[in-house]
Amino acid sequence: MKILIMLFITLGASPLWAQTNQGLEIAKKADAADLGFESSQVKLKMILKNKHGQESTRLLETKTLEQVVDGDKSLIVFNSPRDVKGTATLTFTHKEGSDDQWLFLPAINRVKRISSDNKSGPFMGSEFAYEDLSSQEVEKYTYEFIKNEKYNGFNCALISQDPVDPKSGYTKRLVWYNLDQDYRLEKTEFFDRKNTLLKTLTYKDYEQYLDKHWRAGSFVMVNHQTGKETTLIFEDYTFKTGLAEEDFSQNSLKRAGS
Amino acid sequence: MRTHRLWYSLLVLSLALMVIGSTNLNGQKTVEKDFKLELQLENRLFFNDGLYQGQARNHFSVALQPEFGLEWDEGRQSIVGNLFFRWDQQDSRRTHFDVRELYYQQVSDKWEWSVGLKKIFWGVTESAHLVDIINQTDQVEGFDGEQKLGQPMFHASIPSKRGTFDLFYLPYTPRRQFPGEAGRLRFPQEIAKNDVDVDSKLDSFYPSFAVRWSHYFGAVDVGVSNFYGIGREPLFKVGSAAEVTAFYPIINQTGLDLQVTSGPILWKLESIYRYAEEQDFAALAVGLEYTFGNIASSGLDIGILGEYLYDSRGALALSNLANDLFLGARFALNDTQGSELLAGAVIDLKGKGTFISAEGSRRFGDNWKISLESRIFSNIKQDQLAFFFREDSFVLLKVSRFF
Repeated sequence: MKILIMLFITLGASPLWAQTNQGLEIAKKADAADLGFESSQVKLKMILKNKHGQESTRLLETKTLEQVVDGDKSLIVFNSPRDVKGTATLTFTHKEGSDDQWLFLPAINRVKRISSDNKSGPFMGSEFAYEDLSSQEVEKYTYEFIKNEKYNGFNCALISQDPVDPKSGYTKRLVWYNLDQDYRLEKTEFFDRKNTLLKTLTYKDYEQYLDKHWRAGSFVMVNHQTGKETTLIFEDYTFKTGLAEEDFSQNSLKRAGS
Repeated sequence: MRTHRLWYSLLVLSLALMVIGSTNLNGQKTVEKDFKLELQLENRLFFNDGLYQGQARNHFSVALQPEFGLEWDEGRQSIVGNLFFRWDQQDSRRTHFDVRELYYQQVSDKWEWSVGLKKIFWGVTESAHLVDIINQTDQVEGFDGEQKLGQPMFHASIPSKRGTFDLFYLPYTPRRQFPGEAGRLRFPQEIAKNDVDVDSKLDSFYPSFAVRWSHYFGAVDVGVSNFYGIGREPLFKVGSAAEVTAFYPIINQTGLDLQVTSGPILWKLESIYRYAEEQDFAALAVGLEYTFGNIASSGLDIGILGEYLYDSRGALALSNLANDLFLGARFALNDTQGSELLAGAVIDLKGKGTFISAEGSRRFGDNWKISLESRIFSNIKQDQLAFFFREDSFVLLKVSRFF
């Protein structure tokens, strides 16, 4: 095995190969740095601001179950606006291929399998697309290392990510990984299908949980083309909550919304 | 029968209280409480005068729907309640109260069970709900059959690697309420709830049983169900003088629902075979939904729906979906107001009529919602059951306030 790795490193000596590899390596290290949280729960407050500065608020709760072989599982429940209270989604992320997703409609107690194809669309009228909020699996992008630079006083690696899925709404994302703090993300810029800058996401108020897992206290997403803005505020993070596979079933989806 | 329902609600409530008492609620560290209330003002305007005496054109009505939830034992035990009350200006039969849900539920790693009044939905297609049989339809509430009355039951759900098994014991069958004299969408003579008898000399307390297996493999979601007991749908007979008689037969119904989710396409199929001594029939709904997502990066989704509907009962199918094609489109703006519109038409393939329907809604502020709905009967031929409703096309405006 060691010999094989040595061989790869030697082969990787050509500059282009080295650069691509470095981006992927950092993405893998970032992923590895967050391994072992097992499960987490968090309350979310989403503040939507239009270009006139008018605000509206939504409340959600999410549960996540870490998966090692395949992508993570997650359950999202909407608490406000009141007319959609109880609406919930269950998502099984896959490292390759489409995710599996179910929607619970509380008015008629119906569970509906929905297409996860429409990932570029807005999530609840916000500036976040579904793909911005789904589990970020390493396999969903190809990587290119751009440069190291200082951001907010930290040493960061700037990496360009190209989505593998042609249904993504982006041609690329530019991501700043914090090299001083376990490769946590500091900023992401999103480029639309015409390759012009669409949105900037900044990660704020980081806290470290269980001496390992960095989580931002808020995400601020600014849409440069519409002037709209969405802030996501995370409250009451808990980890290793004892959640298991059976807490991510269609039955638990119904219970979450009832 | 109203007293029976009340009796059942009380029974369930006292059962629930007994359970709470026995689990020492106060000893629990956290009891999560949840409350939601919807107040609804509705106005239905019928385009034409009614065919029958006493029918009004403009119907104003108010509905109130409080919901609550209690959860303790780290979510393993809960009580869910959901009540519904409507007052209708014109139709005294549409003024009604129902306990939509009131049940106690217990969940463990292996299975979950619940007792009380519940709402259960099965199925995948949009224009017909064939396999969905557990709850009685709230006929005065809506014409689409999506509004249901609470059903008393004992329900166990057992998940396994080979799918989920749901078992139901249904001790009582609520009867349908039909529109009153001033109401629209009714037959020539008014049918009172108690005019419709249960088969032979049995009563509403004749128990029903149901079982369902459901599973998912990759892109495929599948369910197979069987129901035995008092049918939820009355059997209608139209006499020589156009008088309509009806009763609830004992039935056995086997159902299949299947959905394949393949990229932007959902393939859907529902089919049932229902056997009663007086009548047996098969019905099928099959079709697809194709969604064009986030068109031109505007956030707009447009879904195109097409379904073929077959019912071996022919013209006397209560659903009026004997050999029809449903074509529809769903628009979702995905904006802050959650604006959406669903429009479609059910077209009889033998040219015996078309049923058009459209419903749209939009949120205002955080707590208000306005919905607009229309149902249109077009060119309905005489041998169709919907011929009785041919003058009952309407538009409905609904304003909801959520608390």
